[in-house]
Amino acid sequence: MQMKKKIANWGNYPVMETNEVEFRSINELKQFVSSSTSAIARGNGRCYGDASLSDVTISTLKFDKILFFDKANGIFECQSGVTLDQILDVIVPEGWFLPVTPGTKFVTIGGVVASDVHGKNHHVDGAFSRHVIELSLMLSNGEIVICNKNKRADLFEATCGGMGLTGIIVSVEFQLKKIETSYINEKKIKVDDLEELLELFEANKHYTYSVAWIDCLKKGKGFGRSVLMLGEHAKLNELNDAQKAKGALALPKKKSINFPINLPSFVLNNFTVKLFNFLFYHKNFKKEKHSIIPYEPFFYPLDAILHWNRGYGKKGFVQYQFVIPFENKEGLITILKKISDKGWGSFLAVLKTFGEQTDLISFPIAGYTLALDFPVRNGLFNFLDELDEIVLQYGGRIYLSKDARMKANTFWKGYSNSKKFTSVIEKYNPQTKFQSVQSSRLSITAQ
Amino acid sequence: MSAVLLLGASSDMATAIARKFAQDKYDIILAGRNVQQLSEFKTDLEIRYKIRAEVVKFDALDFASHESFYKNLPFHPGITICIFGYLGDQQKAAADWSETENIIQSNFTGAVSILNIISEDYKLKRSGVIAGISSVAGERGRQSNYIYGSAKAGFTAYLSGLRNSLHKYGVHVITILPGFVYTKMTADLKLPPMLTATPEQIASAVKKAVQKKQNVIYVKWMWRWIMFTIKSIPESFFKKLKL
Ligand SMILES: Cc1cc2nc3c(=O)[nH]c(=O)nc-3n(C[C@H](O)[C@H](O)[C@H](O)COP(=O)(O)OP(=O)(O)OC[C@H]3O[C@@H](n4cnc5c(N)ncnc54)[C@H](O)[C@@H]3O)c2cc1C
Repeated sequence: MQMKKKIANWGNYPVMETNEVEFRSINELKQFVSSSTSAIARGNGRCYGDASLSDVTISTLKFDKILFFDKANGIFECQSGVTLDQILDVIVPEGWFLPVTPGTKFVTIGGVVASDVHGKNHHVDGAFSRHVIELSLMLSNGEIVICNKNKRADLFEATCGGMGLTGIIVSVEFQLKKIETSYINEKKIKVDDLEELLELFEANKHYTYSVAWIDCLKKGKGFGRSVLMLGEHAKLNELNDAQKAKGALALPKKKSINFPINLPSFVLNNFTVKLFNFLFYHKNFKKEKHSIIPYEPFFYPLDAILHWNRGYGKKGFVQYQFVIPFENKEGLITILKKISDKGWGSFLAVLKTFGEQTDLISFPIAGYTLALDFPVRNGLFNFLDELDEIVLQYGGRIYLSKDARMKANTFWKGYSNSKKFTSVIEKYNPQTKFQSVQSSRLSITAQ
Repeated sequence: MSAVLLLGASSDMATAIARKFAQDKYDIILAGRNVQQLSEFKTDLEIRYKIRAEVVKFDALDFASHESFYKNLPFHPGITICIFGYLGDQQKAAADWSETENIIQSNFTGAVSILNIISEDYKLKRSGVIAGISSVAGERGRQSNYIYGSAKAGFTAYLSGLRNSLHKYGVHVITILPGFVYTKMTADLKLPPMLTATPEQIASAVKKAVQKKQNVIYVKWMWRWIMFTIKSIPESFFKKLKL
């Protein structure tokens, strides 16, 4: 049963006509895998570009059963289509949290592994793959295999961050993180410029969570002005009485508004400008502000507005995220300058630091990572190609999960293990049955 | 809190209904043919909602087994929801008796067989709720699906009679007419969104109908008017339509 459908991921660019199929059991999945020649897994479509689009798109969303939860030891296992928001609903009241979470909870666990996502705690806890106990995967021949750091380690390494090219992840078992409360002890710091921000990141690296919002339009004095957000899971004795009364492990109330239709892109930008200025200039907001807040606004501020991506209009947008090693910080400054001179990007960019990671194909390497949105327009891709050159020149790379447009050679140069990665794909996915629009564009799989 | 028996528990609709009731702390019995897949779902329900769930093998077409199936349930369900059904292929069915038989038995005979048994028990206990998922296709026969439609028409009539007969025993019967549904059965059809319910919408409608003791519900309100209009077209004209 196949249905031709136009789909796009979060950036609404590119839009693709594809056959989307769903499966509820391994047998059903096997039928799809054996009958297609070019297919890719798709979770909740929260990657921004073309990574989960192919001729046949195999949606995992109906494969959504929780298989195991050891409340004493925080071990959790579920099928690949379960989303993080569903997992949080189950684990938080029992005193557990996700070991690593991206900036939205509307992603599947399959997508989390395939992108090897990083959170605000990368410098302390690494990327998600570090916490995976075991994966099971359907290979291109329909066989189900289990892998982890010790068993079929090559397959495991190429699957974490491998963008679905080794097979279809069917289930994931991973270790949770113990928490005393569902609150975050947050410290917000107003930062005057980029120089100060980078110093503050260094001075606060013992914080488990850290991230900064940078004003990308500010030039000259105050270039890189920003708000740095630091956080720890709050301890029981840090809650006030009202919070205790609600229950230390209470789930936050589900509140969200829907972004109604595609609006011209300045609407969203104006909104973020206002939000930032509010934070920055509000009279109650001194240099530093401490508060104990629920985990939702801390980790998932944008999830409160469903479909905010529509705020970039019909043509869609791309998110540009790169990482540059710490020692090449002038690379970061050069790029940020170019971005603010051009004025084409979103008003806000997100900056954070990564700790050491030396996995096969995962995005993070020790350094600074910056992410911001660019509404699609004439000349944009040329401009981003220029930025790519600078990223490469400074030893950095671009995040595959956000990418919709980079040139093949930017991938091959940026990811130092790309040759080894493709050799593992050849071993487990020999006819490159699993391929995406992205993997062809980047010449990872044959075009 | 009462427990819910789901007859035909592997469909998307059944999955959504089970989760909806489990969320409100009802215990759940999942009955269906695919025991392996259902046992994964049992675990899922138990972990997510901290309720008791059980899986029991059930084959709607194996009438002889229905008596012992019901007698041996692990606990008593105060609510039974009959979900199984088979859309089939009208063209194939017109030419092939086994397809026709399958459609009739899956949508009508099988349901009558098991619900007869359950309603006798509810009658004795003087309590219980039975909900049946029937179809708007049963409201008037159309050339495109009249085998399925007539089986569902039979089921709708059965539920209506059962409601009438059990009312005095305090047993409530609900007829659910979903209209189009986004499910496995319809994944390859192009459906108009205004008339098409998601499994989650149906689940909410079923739970509300159980809690508020509604009788006949159309999940999408438009269907009530559409079926009203379709039913009022004179036969002399209706027979010439391509429906
Ligand atoms: C608002 C927002 C904030 C974000 N913040 C972060 C962040 O902080 N850190 C970060 O790392 N990422 C972040 N992301 C990116 C997001 O976490 C990843 O793109 C994630 O992979 C999306 O998961 P998904 O379920 O939507 O998968 P999709 O977007 O559908 O797919 C993503 C990739 O995973 C593959 N895939 C999905 N399921 C499977 C499977 N079962 N088996 C094999 N391959 C599979 C696909 O083929 C594709 O290559 C953010 C995205 C958004 C929209």
